[in-house]
Amino acid sequence: MDLNSQVPSGPIEKKWDQHRFEMKLVNPSNKRKHTILVVGSGLAGASAAASLAELGYNVKCFCYQDSPRRAHSIAAQGGINAAKNYPNDGDSISRLFYDTVKGGDFRSREANVYRLAQISVNIIDQCVAQGVPFAREYGGLLDNRSFGGAQVSRTFYARGQTGQQLLLGAYQALERQIHLRKVQMFPRTEMLDLIVIDGKARGITARNLVTGTIESFVGDAVVLATGGYGNVFYLSTNAKNSNATAIWRAYKRGAAFANPCYTQIHPTCIPVSGHYQSKLTLMSESLRNDGRIWVPLKKGDPRPPNEIPRQERDYFLERKYPSFGNLVPRDVASRNAKQICDEGRGVGPTGQSVYLDFAEALERLGEETIREKYGNLFEMYERITAENPYKVPMRIYPAIHYTMGGLWVDYNLMSTIPGLFVAGEANFSDHGANRLGASALMQGLADGYFIIPYTLGNYLASTKLEKVTAEDPRCKQTEDGVSALTHQLLSINGQRPADSFHQELGKVLWEDCGMARSEAGLKRALRKIPEIREEFWKDLRVIGANEELNQELEKAGRVADYMDLAELICRDALERAESCGCHFREEFQTPEGEAKRNDSDFCYVAAWEFKGRGQPPALHKEALHFENVHLTQRSYK
Amino acid sequence: MNLTLFVWRQEDANAQGRMEKYEAQAITPDMSFLEMLDVVNLGLIAQGRAPIAFEHDCREGICGSCSMMINGVAHGPRPATATCQLHMRHFKDGDTLHIEPWRSKAFPVIKDLVVDRGSFDRIIQAGGYVSVNTGNAPDANAIPVPKVDSELAMDAAACIGCGACVAACPNGSAALFTSAKISHLGLLPQGGPEREIRVLRMVEAMDEEGFGNCTMHRECEAVCPKQISTNFIARMNREFLRASLKHAKT
Repeated sequence: MDLNSQVPSGPIEKKWDQHRFEMKLVNPSNKRKHTILVVGSGLAGASAAASLAELGYNVKCFCYQDSPRRAHSIAAQGGINAAKNYPNDGDSISRLFYDTVKGGDFRSREANVYRLAQISVNIIDQCVAQGVPFAREYGGLLDNRSFGGAQVSRTFYARGQTGQQLLLGAYQALERQIHLRKVQMFPRTEMLDLIVIDGKARGITARNLVTGTIESFVGDAVVLATGGYGNVFYLSTNAKNSNATAIWRAYKRGAAFANPCYTQIHPTCIPVSGHYQSKLTLMSESLRNDGRIWVPLKKGDPRPPNEIPRQERDYFLERKYPSFGNLVPRDVASRNAKQICDEGRGVGPTGQSVYLDFAEALERLGEETIREKYGNLFEMYERITAENPYKVPMRIYPAIHYTMGGLWVDYNLMSTIPGLFVAGEANFSDHGANRLGASALMQGLADGYFIIPYTLGNYLASTKLEKVTAEDPRCKQTEDGVSALTHQLLSINGQRPADSFHQELGKVLWEDCGMARSEAGLKRALRKIPEIREEFWKDLRVIGANEELNQELEKAGRVADYMDLAELICRDALERAESCGCHFREEFQTPEGEAKRNDSDFCYVAAWEFKGRGQPPALHKEALHFENVHLTQRSYK
Repeated sequence: MNLTLFVWRQEDANAQGRMEKYEAQAITPDMSFLEMLDVVNLGLIAQGRAPIAFEHDCREGICGSCSMMINGVAHGPRPATATCQLHMRHFKDGDTLHIEPWRSKAFPVIKDLVVDRGSFDRIIQAGGYVSVNTGNAPDANAIPVPKVDSELAMDAAACIGCGACVAACPNGSAALFTSAKISHLGLLPQGGPEREIRVLRMVEAMDEEGFGNCTMHRECEAVCPKQISTNFIARMNREFLRASLKHAKT
């Protein structure tokens, strides 16, 4: 397998400009002869579909939801980063680049990250032009706030609904192209396989979720923008139906899967309250601007938080990391909360949470200002927990939130299958071993608005493609495979619903491949997962038929893929015998308990190649070279 | 808690639907309404019966997927709360609940509690955007926007497109949804150039989709999980009148 990153030569600040000049173009009148399939309609998918259609390509866009507006990007709360330096506080493209590489614990590709920082400024311009109502100052100009891992304020936001507003901007651009008949939209349609012809991605096989019809769609290139795979853990902050099936089936068709073990745990989520729990709810990282995280100094202190005097509280992040305080990166904040709870100093009925306290900010800024900044988040918290955070501190605990790993892509965002492009959270590209807050929205939109429209054109202009129709026998073959799998899931006739297997699998992953990992734990997980999978294929119960709207069947197909993916995650985590970012191996830590990297042995991207059912996957390595930043031990002290 | 449910069951768009009775047992107050339905569904699956199909995704009140009438009220009894954020602590042991899909001609039922809201997308297609291609934008701070306008635009833009407004309206009107988008974009200078054509096209699309007219019952505002104000409907009417008069002349 060839892992050529295709990073252009030359100084880092010139690479993207030079590359844009060198890329081949498709003549405007030829663009309408090409059809491009975009799977997923979140920030990356909707922005790519709209931008490609604006250029003149024919686009077919697919999503499993009833409308592209419901993609899970909509739930992002806090904000989007950009190196605008409007606050005049010392930000620059170089600083955003450096913060992102450092935040990712030096496990990302320098050239990609630099390009992301460059493009960040265009994204804000584009979104404002679309009518995204970002927060403003009284003078009418845009406001910024701070996020973890940065000492400047570079985060643009729209109350606590930034993702919603950015997605609606991209969605509206997409709907405009649908109106202009340049995009054909297929909602309630789930991709179940990738069609590879002559070594190139030429289409997808999908199931109509209302009628059950299995159908193939062909084109000249495929863009996967189907999001991350955090739901493999069962409990996560992802939407219930977010899934890994599209990327996983592309992996089985030959796309390398990179760094699957880089899964991010968000420090500020509402704690688990019971077994029935179906998902976890995030409280935006922006709350850490004004909220202070603490636990009682004394183990098992029974007093309500308001009665514990200041000197008997441990503001553990401020104590350990005085320069970043409560705004340390997510991996550091999460790990510290876990350590505190493991020591027995956690609070709440389960002891599995810490306080996030606004008392001081309320005193300093007044309730009105706090309401303006975080009102909807406070309401959301109260709705779920029945506690009023204006009166008592919030209780928070880490939860699975984002996956930095994903399909391997080169500088052009093309996977190891020619013609298969991957955008947004679905690819592995920019965040290394840990993503900084407010960077996911930035990356999704950078990929969709400003990268794929260029690099995909270059691919089409420099590739000879044979004519393919959906009646091609090779499409039929893929359809038969999908039908056979569906039939298999429906005919097991066992006792247990898909959810119960999913829950069991998630628990194994959370315990042995969650916030802290060890060789023994990972080996245990690698023994348990095949057992759960075997049970799944023996004892699954799916009620109903294929030819109807069947939510249990949808779930079963996704859980089948999670079984295999979970195994790859653990295998990757075991192979990476170092700690970096969110991947914390207990055996490898500094005396202060921080992640200890091993740059001489592990400064690479681990890209896994599918070798067939029952065969171990092959590991390929893309070495990472750092020419512009100096590899150091991350310090936020 | 134990509850009795009457739930609308309908196999597909063409089938005759009916209310069916179920017992929801061992429900705890911390569960969300959808988690309660998950529990009921697990019970149905164990008995080999078809689980209740209902729409849901983010389960944190922002994607707008969830859509059900609970005892005749869109999204149930709590103000400013989508069904996924409604918790069982707001019900009592022994309660009887009637659960139905959105009721509107423009939202045909697909199965059980799942309806087709494609008509909302088509209203947006008619003009709910600023016609700016990627790459054309001036610097984001080139045009200052008064904070009050921007905040009001954000109030309107907070709409999650769930359709509760339509389901609650005795006329089945989509005026709140449509006016929210018209107001969001019309309040901002970026939306200015298309302000008139937008309102004319979107109102026309709304009528074509079979939504009823607004006669200001204000039921929509009462059930809206994002508390979108009917002031925006008044704004839409003004904009529509202004645009109609202007375009009638030419």
